[in-house]
Amino acid sequence: MQHIRKGGNKVTVFREYPHKLSIYPLPPIQEVSLEEFETFAADRLKVLKAIELARIKFPKRGVEYNGLVNDAIRKYMPLSENDQGEDICVAERRKDHISHYILRLVYCRSEDLRRWFLMHELELFRFKFVAETQAQIVTFLKANDLSYVPIPNEEKAQLLPLLQASAGPTVSPQDILSEDYFKLPFLAALELVRSRRVYLQGGAVYVPRRELVSILSGVYRSRLSSALAQTSRALPNLEEDERLVPLLNALAKQYLGSDYLSQRGQVTGNITSEQVDGLSTTSFSPCMRNLHQALRGNHHLRHGGRMQYGLFLKSIGLHLDEAMRFWRTEFTRIMGADKFDKSYAYNIRHNYGKEGKRTDYSSYSCAKIITSNNPGVGDHHGCPFRHFDAEHLRQKMYEYGVASGGIKEIIGLVQGNQFQVACTRYFELTHKLPQGASPMIVSHPRQFYDESRKLLGGNDEQQQQHRSQLLTMREKREQFLAARGLPTSGSPGAHMSISYDDNFDEIGDISMDAATTEVLAAAEAAADFDDADDMDFD
Amino acid sequence: MDQTTVVRRAAPIDEDDDASNEPMAVIPSVATASASSSAPAAGSSSSGSAAGGKSLFSRKPNSAAVSIHSSDPGLEFDQLMRIYYSRLFPFKKYYRWLSYGNVQKHYFCNREFSFTLEGDIYVRYQSFSTEEQLRKEIIQRNPIKIDIGAVYNVEPKDHKQVRGPEFKAEEKEVVFDIDMTDYDDIRTCCKGADICFRCWPFMTIAVRILDRALRDDFGFKSLLWIYSGRRGVHCWVCDNSVRTYDSNIRTVLTDYLSVVKGSEKNAKKVALTNPLHPSLQKSLDIIEEYWEPVILGDQDILRSPAHIDRVLATIPDEDNARMRQALRNEWNTHPNGTSQERWKQLVQEVYLSVKAGKSYLKSTVPEIMFQFAYPRLDVEVTKGVNHLLKSPFCVHPKTGRVCVPMDVDSIDDFDPFAVPTIQELCSQINQFDAANPHATTDSGKKLQDYKKTKLKDFMSPFLKFLEPLESNIRDAKLMDMDKDGMAMDW
Ligand SMILES: [Zn+2]
Repeated sequence: MQHIRKGGNKVTVFREYPHKLSIYPLPPIQEVSLEEFETFAADRLKVLKAIELARIKFPKRGVEYNGLVNDAIRKYMPLSENDQGEDICVAERRKDHISHYILRLVYCRSEDLRRWFLMHELELFRFKFVAETQAQIVTFLKANDLSYVPIPNEEKAQLLPLLQASAGPTVSPQDILSEDYFKLPFLAALELVRSRRVYLQGGAVYVPRRELVSILSGVYRSRLSSALAQTSRALPNLEEDERLVPLLNALAKQYLGSDYLSQRGQVTGNITSEQVDGLSTTSFSPCMRNLHQALRGNHHLRHGGRMQYGLFLKSIGLHLDEAMRFWRTEFTRIMGADKFDKSYAYNIRHNYGKEGKRTDYSSYSCAKIITSNNPGVGDHHGCPFRHFDAEHLRQKMYEYGVASGGIKEIIGLVQGNQFQVACTRYFELTHKLPQGASPMIVSHPRQFYDESRKLLGGNDEQQQQHRSQLLTMREKREQFLAARGLPTSGSPGAHMSISYDDNFDEIGDISMDAATTEVLAAAEAAADFDDADDMDFD
Repeated sequence: MDQTTVVRRAAPIDEDDDASNEPMAVIPSVATASASSSAPAAGSSSSGSAAGGKSLFSRKPNSAAVSIHSSDPGLEFDQLMRIYYSRLFPFKKYYRWLSYGNVQKHYFCNREFSFTLEGDIYVRYQSFSTEEQLRKEIIQRNPIKIDIGAVYNVEPKDHKQVRGPEFKAEEKEVVFDIDMTDYDDIRTCCKGADICFRCWPFMTIAVRILDRALRDDFGFKSLLWIYSGRRGVHCWVCDNSVRTYDSNIRTVLTDYLSVVKGSEKNAKKVALTNPLHPSLQKSLDIIEEYWEPVILGDQDILRSPAHIDRVLATIPDEDNARMRQALRNEWNTHPNGTSQERWKQLVQEVYLSVKAGKSYLKSTVPEIMFQFAYPRLDVEVTKGVNHLLKSPFCVHPKTGRVCVPMDVDSIDDFDPFAVPTIQELCSQINQFDAANPHATTDSGKKLQDYKKTKLKDFMSPFLKFLEPLESNIRDAKLMDMDKDGMAMDW
C-alpha cells in the first residue's frame, strides 16, 4: 500500500484496484472458483435488474429511484472508499471486476441481450459516477488517459451568453460562471452534440463538468460495445468448456425480457397472404396494423416500413413465396411488374436470407422500433405510441375501436414515456381483458400477435380456458404485490419492461453500437441501392 | 468524321484539358447536333412551370420524345451523352478531386462507382486504377447515371474474390441530400418532382443554413455543393478527417442538423427550447432574411384555407383551439388580407397569450418558422458509409441538366432553370465553333470544349473547392516529409 500526500489530504492508493470507479479496461487474470463465478454473476445481475425496475417505476429518476438502486448496490455489490482498508476494498472491487466480465460472456450472445446489458451497465456507471467526489473524478480521468482543456475564466465570461443558450433554460449565468468548463473535440462528446446540449464552435465543444458523465458514458459505451462484439466472436471457443455452458445458459435466461428477444428468425405457424387483412385488424399491434393500412392505401411502403413490416410478416409465418405474392400484388398496382422485380424483389428475398449475406434477419423488437430510425415525412414505420403526436394517436386509437376512457389512459401513459405499457393497455382493451390481465408487457410485435392469437384463435372452449388462465394469473400477481406493499395492476411497476428516459438518445444510440452496426451495415449494403424510389433520379 | 474534328485534334492541347485527348473516333459527329441548335433551347425558360414533370428524353429509341424538339430529328439521349462524356465531362479535375493528391495510394482505385446503363441496368462495384481508365470506361459504356460510393479496403471490382464480411466500406465523404419532395407538406406551389421559382428558395435557405453550420460549428473546410439536376441539392464534405467518420458520427451530424422531425402523423414537427441554441439562432437569422419575401410572399402560406390550417395546426393544443378559431374567423371575414398581414396578427396573438401566462407558446413563432423554412435532410443518405450518391457532373436523365457545382457565396443567384442541359451544351459548342473556327487560348493552345459553353461558369466554384483542398493535401504531405526527414536525421 502506498500513501501519497496531495493538497494536504492523505490519499491512499492500493496497488491492485487503486480506484473504486472503473470502466473495466482489462480482463481479470486471476483464478475464480466455480462457486464465486456463480454468486458474483448472480449478484451483479440483481443490481442490473434493480436498475431496470427502478427505471420503469421512476422514469424521471429522482430520490426514490436513487434509493432503490442504492439499496441493491449496498446489498449485492457494495464498493467502499479507500479509507475502509485494503482488504475490504480489494475484495469488493475484485468482485465488481470479475462479475462484470462474467456477464459480458452471458450477454454478448445476441443483439438484444447486448443492448440490454449495455443499457444497464451504462446506467450503473452513471449512477456511481455522479456520486463520486471531484478529486476521485480527476483521478479517474487521469487513469483512463482522458485529457481535457480547461477554459480560462476570461474566455468563459466572453462566451457566457452562448454557453447559457446552449445549456438550456434551467441554467443561470451564475451556474455557468461557477462551474468548470472544458474544451474538447466534438468527436469526444457526440451525444451532447447530437442533442445540441453544448456550444459547438470550430469543431470544439464547450462542456460543463456536470456533463462529463455523459461523455464518459460515451467512451465507456463504445469500448464496451466493441468488447461485447469481440467476446461474442470468441464465444464458440469458450463454450467448449462444458462446465461453463450450463451456467452461462442459466444466467442468460434470467434476463427478463421474454424469449422473443433472443429468438432469431424462428417462424411458427403458417399464414397466407389472404389472411393478412383479417389478422391485421384483430391481432396486429398498432404499429403493424398502421403499416398494413399504409401499404393497402398507398400500394407502397418506404424502406423503413418494408423492413419493419416485412420482417414481422415473416416472423408470424408468411413464407417467402407468399410474401413475394403479397408485396407484388400491392406494389404492382402502382408500378410495372418489371420495376417491382428489379427494385424490391431482391430486398424481400434478402430479408428471408436468400440474397446478399444470407443472414436470416430477425424481426424488430419494440426497443428497436422505438429507439432507432425515427420516421420522417412519407414514412409509416415506428411505434404509434412513440412517434405519433397526441392528436394523431387519439384518432388512430378511436379508429381501432378504443373507447374514449381507454384513449385517455393510453395518452396518459404515453406522456410518461411508457410506450410499451400503453401498447399493453391497448392489448387489454382490444382483447376485452381487465386491467392488469395482459400476460406480458409488450416487448415485441410478434409477442403481441402470438398472445392475441392465443385469445382469439382456436375454438371457443380453448379461448375461454386461456382467458380464465390469464385472470387467475392476474389475481395471483395482485395478491403477491399487495402483500409486499407494491403497486398493483395498472401500475407499470407491476410488470417488467424496458422503459424510456426523457432523453431517448441515451437508449437510442445503443442500437448503433459496433455489434449492431455490423448487422445494420450488412442490411444496408444490400438495401442502399434497391431503394430506387427513394434515392434514384435525385 | 468531319473536317473540323480533324483540325481540332491536330491542334496542341491545352494543358489542363479535360476531354479532348480522347481519340475522336468514338465521338458521334457534332454536326448533327448543330441541326437542332438553331431552335430555342429547351428547358432554359425560367417560367414558373414545372421543370421535372416530364421527361425530355426517352431511352427507348422508338419513342416520340427522342429529340429535343419533336419536330426536329435531333440526337438521341445516348448520343448526346457520348458527346458530353467525350468532350465536356471534366475528367481531369474530377480525378484531382477524388484522388485527394494520391496521398493514400489505393484511395482512388478502391473507390466504388456504379453505373446506370441503358435499359435501367444498375452495375455496382465498378472501380478504376487511373484517370485514363475511368475516362475510357465511362466514354465506352456511356452510363446514363454515375453514382459515387465508398472507398473500400480492396478494389471493389474484385469484391467477389474476398469473403462477404471482409469486404468493407472504409471511407467516404460525408454527404447531404436535400430533396424538394420532402417539402411537399409545406409547399403551396408544386408537388413531387416539380419545382418552380417559388419553391426553389427552400433550397437556397437549406444551402445557406447547412453551409454555415458545417463550417462554423463543425469547422469543416472542403464543402462541395452540387445541384442535383432536378429538384434538390447535394453537399459533399471532403475534409480528410471527415471522410473517415463511421456511421455513428454521421448520424450525430444529421441529428444535430435536423430540426424538423416526424411524419404526417405529427402536425407540429419542431420543438425548440428557449433560449435557442446558438447554432439554431444563427439558422433563424438566416430564415428571417427569407421569411417575408419567400415564405409569406412567394409561398403565401397564409392565403388559402387549406394552407392556413397547416400553419395553425402547429400551434400547441391545450386551450388554443380558441385562438386558432379567432384567427380563422378574422381571416375569413377579411379574405383579402395578405400572408404578411396575417402573420403579424398571428405573432401578435401568440405574444398576447404568452403575456397572459401561456408560457408553452414561448417558442411557437420560431417553431413555425423552422417548420416552414428549415432544411429537411434525407438522413438515410448521410448515415451510411456505403450509401451511393449521384456523382457531380452527371446528367440528370429526366431533365438533361448537368449536376453542376454551386457557388455558396452567390447562392441566391443560382437559377436551376438556367443550368445547361446536354443538348444546349452541344449546340453551344457548335455555335462557338461556327463563329470562332480558329479559337485558341492566350498561349495558342486549342480551347477546351467546356470553355465554349455555359459549363465554364460552373467550373469556378469547383476550382474554388478544389484548390484549398489540394493545398491542404500539399501541406500535409510537406509535414509528412518533414517528419520523415527528421526521422532520417536521427
Ligand atoms: Zn414550386
